[in-house]
Amino acid sequence: MIELQSLTKRYGATTVVDAVSMTVERGTVAAIVGTSGSGKSTLLRMINRLIEPSAGTVRIDGRDTAGVPGHMLRREIGYVIQGHGLFPHRTVADNIGTVPGLLGWERARIAARVDELLALFQLDPGLYRGQFPHQLSGGQQQRVGVARALAAGPSVLLMDEPFGALDPIIRDKAQADLLAIQRRFGTTVVIVTHDMDEAFRLGSRIGVMTGGRLLQFASPTELLTRPADPFVERLTGTADRALRLLSLTTAASLVEPGSGECTVPAGATLREVLSELLWHRAGAATVLDESARPLGRVTMERLCAHGRPG
Amino acid sequence: MRGLAFAARSLAVLLLAAFLLVPQRFAPLFEPFTEYGAPPIYDQGSLLGLAVAHLLLVFAATALSALVAVGLAVFVTRPSGAEFLPLSRTLVNIGQTFPPVAVLAIAVPLVGFGLVPTLIALFAYGLLPIFENTVAGLRSCPPAVLEAATGMGLDRRQRLYTVELPLALPLLLEGIRLSLVVNIGTATLGSTVAAKGLGEVIIAGLLSNNTAFILQGALVTGLLAILLYDAMGGLERRILGALNVGGGA
Repeated sequence: MIELQSLTKRYGATTVVDAVSMTVERGTVAAIVGTSGSGKSTLLRMINRLIEPSAGTVRIDGRDTAGVPGHMLRREIGYVIQGHGLFPHRTVADNIGTVPGLLGWERARIAARVDELLALFQLDPGLYRGQFPHQLSGGQQQRVGVARALAAGPSVLLMDEPFGALDPIIRDKAQADLLAIQRRFGTTVVIVTHDMDEAFRLGSRIGVMTGGRLLQFASPTELLTRPADPFVERLTGTADRALRLLSLTTAASLVEPGSGECTVPAGATLREVLSELLWHRAGAATVLDESARPLGRVTMERLCAHGRPG
Repeated sequence: MRGLAFAARSLAVLLLAAFLLVPQRFAPLFEPFTEYGAPPIYDQGSLLGLAVAHLLLVFAATALSALVAVGLAVFVTRPSGAEFLPLSRTLVNIGQTFPPVAVLAIAVPLVGFGLVPTLIALFAYGLLPIFENTVAGLRSCPPAVLEAATGMGLDRRQRLYTVELPLALPLLLEGIRLSLVVNIGTATLGSTVAAKGLGEVIIAGLLSNNTAFILQGALVTGLLAILLYDAMGGLERRILGALNVGGGA
């Protein structure tokens, strides 16, 4: 759990982050969005004290971080940046083993952890362990970057535009991997992004920042249905907000008995179901579970009702 | 191409070794450059001894330059030392632009004749390439790599030794190589203030109007510089390959 209390950063007379308070519950993903210069990166970097706060407190799992030396604190917090920042002169294994090495783990334990993480990120340890970053593709480098941040099993992972440099297909995969791994380890994640789709896909809650202030920190649904500020509405966009809302719920949650004219998987979002229905000019779609057994159907009517709840 | 380079290198080494060990065998070659029956081969001391003394002097001066220049370069690339960059740059520039002969002229009244003034002149002359190359190397470290290093909890010292210096090493070594080679030539000036070295041979030739001596001194010095440049290149590739930085990968 991360608790920020009136966290502030001033450079001379300019206030870059202005008394931000928020609580990120354990095992959830907080996505921070905002325009450039909104202070979102500064906020993130104050959590691991890459930037020293001017005022306010940061508590991680109940402990005030101000009492811990910065570099010691950072060894306990995973950190991923855009452009991965892998050490070009170190092998993949050495890169991933950096923090465990700093923490004084035994060699055998580090090696085992490296292999475990490589396998988890679908990189064959035997093949990739000894390779150098420049021998990997962009997507692989990025995965090694995330693996490196998770190496010592941190309870908190901070990410600053981690997928910004990836092409859409690899980014999609990277986001899915991140969610899977985040659920598996129960990591608390704070991710800074300027990509609204990314924020809505990853964030359990989304924080909107502008001019150093946190305007709203709420669930994606609440952000869309009850924006606290006109800026929030502007940033999330109003043109496709109904679709965004639909994309937050899966087909499984709207299933009712019956069958339809086309089929969708249970994990599909309502937005995808809508698209299928429109495409097939259908009034209802049959929802299939993982082994392709019909669970029931989703009708256009119920879908439409879901476009603006409350 | 490789075989040719190897052959040329081996030939140069053999030639130099033979000349330094049994110089008298080369007497017929240098005979035409002497007049009135003057000795064709330098005979006022051992050529091998002079060459070794010359090399030792240059190595010592370059080691000293490297120590100071790298230390200074590290210092001015830290946040606390950044404001000293212009000053340091001016100082090493003076070391380079001030002619070594002038340094000798100033140093001799202060420290006397011999090795020490030469060491000072070579030291000052060798600072610039190492300093500038090290600064450039340290600055060329990708910002994302440095940010990641700090973000993972490396302290400043760890970051310097495990990330910055290894990544700056290709340029740093290139600076040392440059300094070393330039100083092989410059060190001949030391003989004007009685430092032992190959300059003695050249000066003896100038004093006695013996072109053969001048040629011998110049050729041995030149060959040493070329071979050293070559050897340093090989050493660099080996070090960088072992550390997997620069072109080594």
